[in-house]
Amino acid sequence: MKRWTLALAATMISAAALAQKSASDGIAEYRAMLADGNPAELFEAKGEDLWKQKRGPKNASLEQCDLGKGPGVVKGAFVELPRHFADTNKVQDLESRLVTCMETLQGFNGAEIAKTAYGRGEQANVTALATWIAAESRGLKFNLPNSHQQEKVMYEVGKRLFFMRSGTHDFSCASCHGEDGKRIRLQDLPNLTKNPGDGIGFAAWPAYRVSNGQMWSMQLRLNDCYRQQRFPYPLFGSDATIALGAYMGVNAKGAENIAPAIKR
Amino acid sequence: MKKQTQLLIAAGVAAVVLVAGCSSMPSSAELDKLSQDVAKASFRDQGQAKVDRLVLDDANLECMKADVAGQPIAEPVAKAIEAANFASIKWPAGGQYIGDWKEGEKIAQSGRGMTWTDAAGSENGGNCYNCHQISKEEISFGTLGPSLYNYGKMRGVANPYAPESAAIVQYTWGKIWNSRAYNACSQMPRAGHKGILTEQQVKHIMALLLDPKSPVNQ
Repeated sequence: MKRWTLALAATMISAAALAQKSASDGIAEYRAMLADGNPAELFEAKGEDLWKQKRGPKNASLEQCDLGKGPGVVKGAFVELPRHFADTNKVQDLESRLVTCMETLQGFNGAEIAKTAYGRGEQANVTALATWIAAESRGLKFNLPNSHQQEKVMYEVGKRLFFMRSGTHDFSCASCHGEDGKRIRLQDLPNLTKNPGDGIGFAAWPAYRVSNGQMWSMQLRLNDCYRQQRFPYPLFGSDATIALGAYMGVNAKGAENIAPAIKR
Repeated sequence: MKKQTQLLIAAGVAAVVLVAGCSSMPSSAELDKLSQDVAKASFRDQGQAKVDRLVLDDANLECMKADVAGQPIAEPVAKAIEAANFASIKWPAGGQYIGDWKEGEKIAQSGRGMTWTDAAGSENGGNCYNCHQISKEEISFGTLGPSLYNYGKMRGVANPYAPESAAIVQYTWGKIWNSRAYNACSQMPRAGHKGILTEQQVKHIMALLLDPKSPVNQ
């Protein structure tokens, strides 16, 4: 009887292990299937058009926008952002830099764009542009300069914010992303305090999210992390989000960019 | 002087670099201060999630500093945090610790509550399965916290109302109410202390973990 119980227990344990394995495998298969036709391609195409189109009050294109490697250089720009820009004397990420270009070259109101909800109006255009620009650096390795003093300061600020435990649940970014091999429910969590590997974490976003059918920029990814952390609402392009980008981007040095990725 | 301070905050990172000079990085303490200023300027209220949530209590401030330094928190600081958090624990009236494990399972499953998309005043979940294995039946569990499967059984709790169970029952209540009372930098939310769960909800979670009839202890 006792032996039978043990045997049953062993069967149950392995059944549970099997069920778990097949759940993870199932998710992996699902992702592989989806990657065959990543809808992010539609946003890439839209982003490329937006870059070349004459738009805004100044009826100009973004083709002279300097993303860090000189006016108009797109390839390789994504894997070196955030970085310091002399004209704004600020460290900027891809999205905040795009807004600067839309303001200076096309005459849009940057503050208005920053206030616009994700997925709406010019904010949706910023996401599409970011998607195309990220795709132009597909396969390249992250290599932020981190040499200007403001870049180094932003890295240090980002590190502090990454470990800042607050809100009703005392969560920090590190609560979920501070150790290797951890999960929330069945969702694997990358350790973002170091290079988490090719195409993981910072090297995956912008990404198309199947669960809600939306293209998510890095700013929106951070925004939803903070929502789940029970923090207040991070402003688009705020120094906190850029400092976190600097921290994760520098940590990801050498990681291959797969953005725009596809996520559940 | 006041004007200068305002200018400093307005110009943020650029100003700190300027003040510190071109050749040297700001000190760690200056970076700590700057980080808090950056946080203050970077968030706004949304729904029930107000900017006052950015205020750090001693426990969160000290644990953040230790994490940034990559060092364990100093022993005397840890003891002080644990003592202060222990003193804040609200024990159940009349020594009634144990609720209904079926309700506890529902609370453990729910990750809802207190985000800016949750309606203020709606019932909160405990988020327990996000980080812990609990019952054997639920295979979708996280691994940030230890497994709680057989929690009561492994600790020899045959009857949670018996005097010999009192120590583990009280510890479990205290841990759920305010995890930092026992481990200064525990990553577990302080469910009672921060008003995430009500006293009644904590009783249900207690039953899930300690009731011999709960699936956790099968």
